[in-house]
Amino acid sequence: MKMSLAVENGNTLATLQAFLKRLLEKNLVDVLLVPMRTPGGTITPTLVSQVDLLDQADPLAPVLPINAATWAGKISQHQPRPRLGAVLRSCEARALVELTKMAQASLEDLIIIAIDCAGTYNPPTFLEKQAQASSNLWMELYNAARQTPQVLNPELRAACQVCEQPVYEAAPIRLRLLESDLGQSLLLEITSEIAEKLGWQANESQGMSPEVEALINSRTQAREQAFTQIRTRLEGEEGIPGVFAACVRCHNCMTVCPICYCKTCVFKSAIFDHEPMKYVEWAQQKGAYRLPADTMLFHLTRLNHMALSCVGCGMCTDACPSELPVGMVFRSIGQRLQQTFEYLPGRDVNEPLPLVTFKADEWTDIGV
Amino acid sequence: MTETKEFEPKIIAFLCNWCTYTGADLAGTSRLQYPPNVRIIRLMCSGAVDPMYVLKASLAGADGVLIGGCHPGDCHYQEGNYKARRRVIALKEILHSAGFDDDRVWLRWISASEGSRFAETVREMTEAIRAKGPNPLKQMWAV
Repeated sequence: MKMSLAVENGNTLATLQAFLKRLLEKNLVDVLLVPMRTPGGTITPTLVSQVDLLDQADPLAPVLPINAATWAGKISQHQPRPRLGAVLRSCEARALVELTKMAQASLEDLIIIAIDCAGTYNPPTFLEKQAQASSNLWMELYNAARQTPQVLNPELRAACQVCEQPVYEAAPIRLRLLESDLGQSLLLEITSEIAEKLGWQANESQGMSPEVEALINSRTQAREQAFTQIRTRLEGEEGIPGVFAACVRCHNCMTVCPICYCKTCVFKSAIFDHEPMKYVEWAQQKGAYRLPADTMLFHLTRLNHMALSCVGCGMCTDACPSELPVGMVFRSIGQRLQQTFEYLPGRDVNEPLPLVTFKADEWTDIGV
Repeated sequence: MTETKEFEPKIIAFLCNWCTYTGADLAGTSRLQYPPNVRIIRLMCSGAVDPMYVLKASLAGADGVLIGGCHPGDCHYQEGNYKARRRVIALKEILHSAGFDDDRVWLRWISASEGSRFAETVREMTEAIRAKGPNPLKQMWAV
């Protein structure tokens, strides 16, 4: 059901904090996973048990230091586990759904509190902008997200600039920030069961959804342009070896990827350590042998292992020391795969992962 | 410079223990002739072929990779070949999207009794790859 919380004294953040406090106070959850403002001014996902500390919660701050799905997974994975409330952006919620399918998370005792996202900066840009800002950063972004025609913000994280899923609708609690006039009210979509526990009734129905559609359309357009650009490179002269030429195989992209959960990743194993003369043999075969070795094998294997579940959060791009467009490569290739298998990661927790399921009567022309 | 020799394709084959490998064995015991261009690696199931194996072979310069499994419905482990089929579809899509030639990777269902089909598949693939020429990755030191 839809409802609206009045914003008092124009303090939207305090209204949001009061809402989060209520979840703990009414004993709906044992702990909250929520972005908090640290004493140093940075924002970081935090597990909060004490109500008054939520004065430092800041889910509106437009920054995504990590995809918190990883932690929502660790904290919900198996019994005994807390009743967890997790304040997540759309890409985090969708990653969490994928992790649930991979048995790395559980939604059983977990309430996703999804916040509509107007886009995020990477941490250094965020800190810089925060230091200079005259007005508040998130208000600027939410206002801009409702403008028509849409103007692309080149300072946002690359993934956010092309994010066509800023809203995660399947959450039991959704803060409809893109539909709210944030100085006045905070709109919610909430299950009646949860509303009842919080002692609330429906009091509002309509939001400002047409503007959200405009945002989604312009982001989709931007995404298609970005896909065309990267595909031209991938399928052209340069190819994937050219695009990833500067890769140093630091594995950062894999480490920050919410989908890559394997604790014993083959690329961290000794499989790829060889006897000295083996390297010489390879150098002789091709005349020369690029180091670090196996960068291409690494990326292509990772594509095979996780691209179907890629939610496009773009953490990989942010983490790359060589500033390679990792996320765009994975998203553009992932999208084709997802279309082939008619699969949308994060859409439905009951939809099986494409590579663990099958139909006997599909692709019958293959293999004959 | 070494003398330029006529191109002989090198094909790495990942064959399932129960069907295609046994089919290859039958081709041998039946004394069927087929090109010596194929190097066979036996696995317990086509469903055990991690795409990484195929990628490693291709990046190292194999001209073709053949994956052989039981016919649909005949998998010794009930469903390994169905899963292999999906993985190969994904792998080929990725290879294609990344700018590589995905026609160098073949998946074929060959049963334990189909020795002649195995020999025929190797003949067919060897000629198809010969027509394509060497895997360009063989010369690329930077991958």
